[in-house]
Amino acid sequence: MEEWSASLSMMESSAIWIYILKGTLFTVIISAIAVITGVIFGSVLALVRNYCHDPRYRIFRYAAVAYIEIFRNTPLLLWIFICVVFCPVPDIFAHRMFGLTTVETTLLFKASIALILFTSSVIAEIVRGGLNSVPAGQFEAAASQGFNTVQTMVYIILPQAFRNVVPTLLSQIITTIKDSSYLANVATIELMSRVRQVLSTANIYNGTGNVNVSDVFVLYGCAAAIYFIINFALSLIVRHINNRRKAAASLYRTAKA
Amino acid sequence: MATLISLDAWLKVWTYKSTFLLGFLTTLETALFAVLLSLCLGLIFGLMSTSGKTVLQGLARIYVEFIQNTPLLLQICFLYYAMSFSGHSIGIITSGIISIGVYHGAYMAEVIRAGIQSIPRGQFEAASSQGFNYLSTMYYIILPQSVKIILPPMVNQVVNLIKNTSCLYIIGGSDLISITYSFVTGANTGGAHGPAYLVSGILFFLICFPLSMLASTWENNLKRRERLTFKKNADPATEDA
Repeated sequence: MEEWSASLSMMESSAIWIYILKGTLFTVIISAIAVITGVIFGSVLALVRNYCHDPRYRIFRYAAVAYIEIFRNTPLLLWIFICVVFCPVPDIFAHRMFGLTTVETTLLFKASIALILFTSSVIAEIVRGGLNSVPAGQFEAAASQGFNTVQTMVYIILPQAFRNVVPTLLSQIITTIKDSSYLANVATIELMSRVRQVLSTANIYNGTGNVNVSDVFVLYGCAAAIYFIINFALSLIVRHINNRRKAAASLYRTAKA
Repeated sequence: MATLISLDAWLKVWTYKSTFLLGFLTTLETALFAVLLSLCLGLIFGLMSTSGKTVLQGLARIYVEFIQNTPLLLQICFLYYAMSFSGHSIGIITSGIISIGVYHGAYMAEVIRAGIQSIPRGQFEAASSQGFNYLSTMYYIILPQSVKIILPPMVNQVVNLIKNTSCLYIIGGSDLISITYSFVTGANTGGAHGPAYLVSGILFFLICFPLSMLASTWENNLKRRERLTFKKNADPATEDA
């Protein structure tokens, strides 16, 4: 019982809370950057994979297909390891910032690149699903109105495609937040690795001199709660959007009938 | 990148090929048992969440929400450390199988729930009017119809599961990724980054790519068939109007 109170007293220290909450902030920021970059890069990949039928530019389509399939069918951890070894770091990122040491920022940059590359392949497939759900008549209508290919895409197809995939993209943010915990494997600074860090030094903080099983429960319980709050809020938003769409669709159907 | 074309590095990988093979087999073994566990859990909780009983539905809901909204890495660390610090160590592979199975069981449960809910209500009513009990309704009527809807996303989950075996690394497992990493950082095997990562990437790709191709082919066939039946059903309706 005293082990439990020792572990709980560890969580009363504000330094540990600040350490963990900063990790949470980094998790959210890394995931947001990965998803935003992934949406841009993934849309390009999806457009190229779907509509690059010109025989002269066929090579781009093959490249997009290869990229998407290779990244989708290999684990994220492999890409993190590869990027940690091979990814070059521009000088702007290779110095201390946000209260991190040079080693940490370099590692953070490399691991985030891996996450971005991985996420964009997944998002490319999501966007492609959205593009495929736009009826072919839209292309014909655009062509009959004299839109060229770029205009058709920008003004007509992409807005509809993105509207269709907003819920899936939001759930992809949940997946990315969970995937970002893989960065803990290379000891970057997000939530999961910070919790592991605290656990490995818990014998100093809890005052009993060694790491007890209650520390595992308290620390991982906190981390799980933080992840759960963020992700559950997002999934509630997704459900709300989906329900509203379903209601709108059934309203449309009854109005039409 | 230079190690990719160095013969030396490739020879190193070739000398230790049995290590890679061992890691590959560990990954496959973990994945196989985890798939079995997740299928069992998925079926149980999928049926629970479509049972219409408030308590069972609530339990299934809690399981799915809690597992889906926390990272697998956290669950695996939690299970492994909690067991080892309390003195009931269950081994790395076992904790990996359990936590990966439980994690993907939640996804399987959602897939199965969606599959069962896509079957029209009339099928359930018809079955009960013919005197089928719950189990035989499910076994003879509902599940056979929903299998074709369930299978593509389920195969996708299997692909994700195989990729997720890589999180054994954090508790010091001996799966393919961990073995590759200890190979490239090892004292007398170190340095052969390029070839080692390429080999383990290819091994993963060889398993996952056919599965995800299978899933997308099934899905496309399903969509095409759906469109055809939809057209067939829609035609008389337009005549009515």
